[in-house]
Amino acid sequence: MTVNLTKGQAISLQKNDGGTLSAVRMGLGWQAAPRRGLFGSRTREIDLDASAVLFADKQPVDVVFFRHLVSDDGSVRHTGDNLVGGVGQGGDDEAILVDLQRVPVHIDQIVFTVNSFTGQTFQEVQNAFCRLVDETNGQELARYTLAGGGPYTAQIMAKVHRTGTGWTMTALGTAANGRTFQDLMPAILPHL
Amino acid sequence: MTAELVRGQNHPLPRTRLEVRVSAGKPIVAGATLSDDQGAVRGIDWVAHPGTPVLPGLEVSRQAAADHRLAFDLDALPQGVDRVTVLLALPQGTGGPARFGVLAAPFVAVTGLDGSEVASYTITGLDSESAVIALELYRRQDAWKVRAVGQGYAGGLAALLADQGLTEAAHLADSIHEAVVQGLARSVAPPPPRVPEADRTRQAAAPGATQGPLGPEPPRQEPTVAPQQASPYDAGAPDAGASLASGGPIDYTHPGRRSAAPPPTAAPAPPGAPVQPVAGDATGWSMEERLYNQVWGMFEDLARTVAAYRSAVDFADSRREQELDKILSDPRSRIGGQGDAARAAAEAKHDQLVNQARAALDRDLTQLIAEAEVVEPALPPAIARWDNPVWHSYRVPMEIPMAVRLGDLHLPESESLRVPMLVRLPLERGLWIDSGRSAVTGALVDADESRRLALDTAVAHAARLLAVYPPGEFSVHVIDASGSGAPALAPLVQSGVLAAAPAVGAAGVADALTRLTRRVDLVQMAVRAGAPDSLPPDLDTAEHLLIVNDFPHGFDDRAVTQLRYLADEGPAVGVHLMMVADREDAAAYGPLLDPLWRSLLRLTPVPDDHLADPWVGHAWTYEPPRVPPGSQVLQQVLTQVGQARHSWNR
Repeated sequence: MTVNLTKGQAISLQKNDGGTLSAVRMGLGWQAAPRRGLFGSRTREIDLDASAVLFADKQPVDVVFFRHLVSDDGSVRHTGDNLVGGVGQGGDDEAILVDLQRVPVHIDQIVFTVNSFTGQTFQEVQNAFCRLVDETNGQELARYTLAGGGPYTAQIMAKVHRTGTGWTMTALGTAANGRTFQDLMPAILPHL
Repeated sequence: MTAELVRGQNHPLPRTRLEVRVSAGKPIVAGATLSDDQGAVRGIDWVAHPGTPVLPGLEVSRQAAADHRLAFDLDALPQGVDRVTVLLALPQGTGGPARFGVLAAPFVAVTGLDGSEVASYTITGLDSESAVIALELYRRQDAWKVRAVGQGYAGGLAALLADQGLTEAAHLADSIHEAVVQGLARSVAPPPPRVPEADRTRQAAAPGATQGPLGPEPPRQEPTVAPQQASPYDAGAPDAGASLASGGPIDYTHPGRRSAAPPPTAAPAPPGAPVQPVAGDATGWSMEERLYNQVWGMFEDLARTVAAYRSAVDFADSRREQELDKILSDPRSRIGGQGDAARAAAEAKHDQLVNQARAALDRDLTQLIAEAEVVEPALPPAIARWDNPVWHSYRVPMEIPMAVRLGDLHLPESESLRVPMLVRLPLERGLWIDSGRSAVTGALVDADESRRLALDTAVAHAARLLAVYPPGEFSVHVIDASGSGAPALAPLVQSGVLAAAPAVGAAGVADALTRLTRRVDLVQMAVRAGAPDSLPPDLDTAEHLLIVNDFPHGFDDRAVTQLRYLADEGPAVGVHLMMVADREDAAAYGPLLDPLWRSLLRLTPVPDDHLADPWVGHAWTYEPPRVPPGSQVLQQVLTQVGQARHSWNR
């Protein structure tokens, strides 16, 4: 059972049977929008990058992105940079794995962002989505579709944060502009 | 630039050595027929199929498979061949689908040997057909072209072959299907599917992505087991014959390593409790490789766990600082007990976070210690401690091991856990056993003592390297110019494991260096000229280790230059240095020797924290391997090695 999130909606990541999730995957997928007119088949490569920023009490502590694929503590792992997107229709083009049990105790929020490294705006992207999958059984927990791409180059997708003993995911879906996550810091801070 | 062909379209071929890759999603048979300029196939020996996979200039798979790679060398085709027809068919008698209509559209691509795609074609519109002509490679005015055909045959392979003008078509089709069924029956059942891992989420890659070779008969263990006729790929291509497949029963095991024990699996743990660790619980083809990977996994886990702990404690500290600053600067806190209460609250917050972090660290350490307790006893000699019983049942090995243990590593947070420090063999860089006083912490040890310790450590490393290599594959030379190392070197000298007696005096130094330099030069020349067979017969091809004690004693400028040359050029051709030296002693050379020291892996005779891990960059405390006091294990092992070397030399 997957929940289609809307902007701002939060879901708890407790399992239905009361157990807690141990590992989740944040998957990002996209396709380039088709080019109209002549030479429509010419491939247009869009390089979106998924990043995860680890916060402790509103201070960024560590970041996982294409130049730092594993957080120092090993709990957050990026599966590698995808420069073109559209690998499989509906499949994840980039994925970030989070081992929730091993996240250091002081990390209380993990924010996931998407940036267009090549500078194309989301108008040129279609079928972009971000989803959260229970890595232990492959079940999709939540999916958030980027509807109506606008003239911006980055999006703050979602955050996973501690609530009590468990974790909660909140869809943020805020548009921003920036090439990498560093440019997004001012846009992220209000959401912490 | 890839041309995506449509049915009937043709495309020039830029070269004549090509591969045709086929992927269909389900096991299918791939074959090829040759025909002359009249379009006639001149007999069944012009048909390549799983029963006769190799013809001059082309080679097809011996198996039905979902992915195929057919190899072509169009220049090497028999005289009179002007056209090669690539055909696909569904295997019969294997319980698979009976018509192409139920499969995904088969995809064929013509690629160069490097995998660069020339043209591709997706065969669409198939329905009740069970055989199809996919492509034609044909000669037009001395140039080769490819044409997308896509002609299907509902009558199957027999109808297809009959259409090619073969009179024995039905019989040949039957024998092809029989060969396929036999091939499938021979192959070994696949292992249970592996748990998908993080880095394998994108396996559905390009159509030509290689998959494991099928394992019908052990396909091609050695290059010497060549097929009857010369394959166009004998020289370059990876594994054209042991072609690709999936979907059918696949044997993932290495043909030469069948005997390897299956990986142990952890017993299911009661829910809530951590899984009981098992030795060899990692990926790898052999137990040795699995243990090696497991040790590296433990190393990484320890590094990261400690990183998490340190990061949490740092954060707790800085947060407390900030809160205390705020309290200090707040005038209200100076009145009454308010400030003290706030200070106590900040301290409590700090302690709570640190305790949480400590608990997480202890949980992880407990798990890793439990793992180390099962892994250590299971290690083979090359990566076991000297006090491991495996050394008492030591036998001279026949194969070079993957890695050797140079010592133990730990962090201040993990005093009770030692991770083996493993380096791959053959060595990639030389070693430097630092005998300097700076390395030996504590003023209790004087210069002579530290030199003796360093040489003892060097002897233990050299003994281990000698013991884990097969006899004759590793030889150790010693330069001990002043002769001061004689007592420490006695175990090596007496057991007769050295290639020559330790070189003494300036003449000995020059002689030893000249011999090794000559070897480096000759091997380098031979390798660069691509003629490794032309080496003189008296040159032994073993790896060499040159132990240099007391550097720079006995070294003149010429000898120092030669030593630097060995350090620069030796590792690539299997000649390594083990310097037992104090950098201070060579200070007179100035920066001249800096590159030499940098190129060597520095080890110390006493625990010292100078090694960094590749993930986080902690400073790890290195401990040299210790032979247990009073133990004769080193002497026993060296005696066996000496005997083995002696009988090997005869």
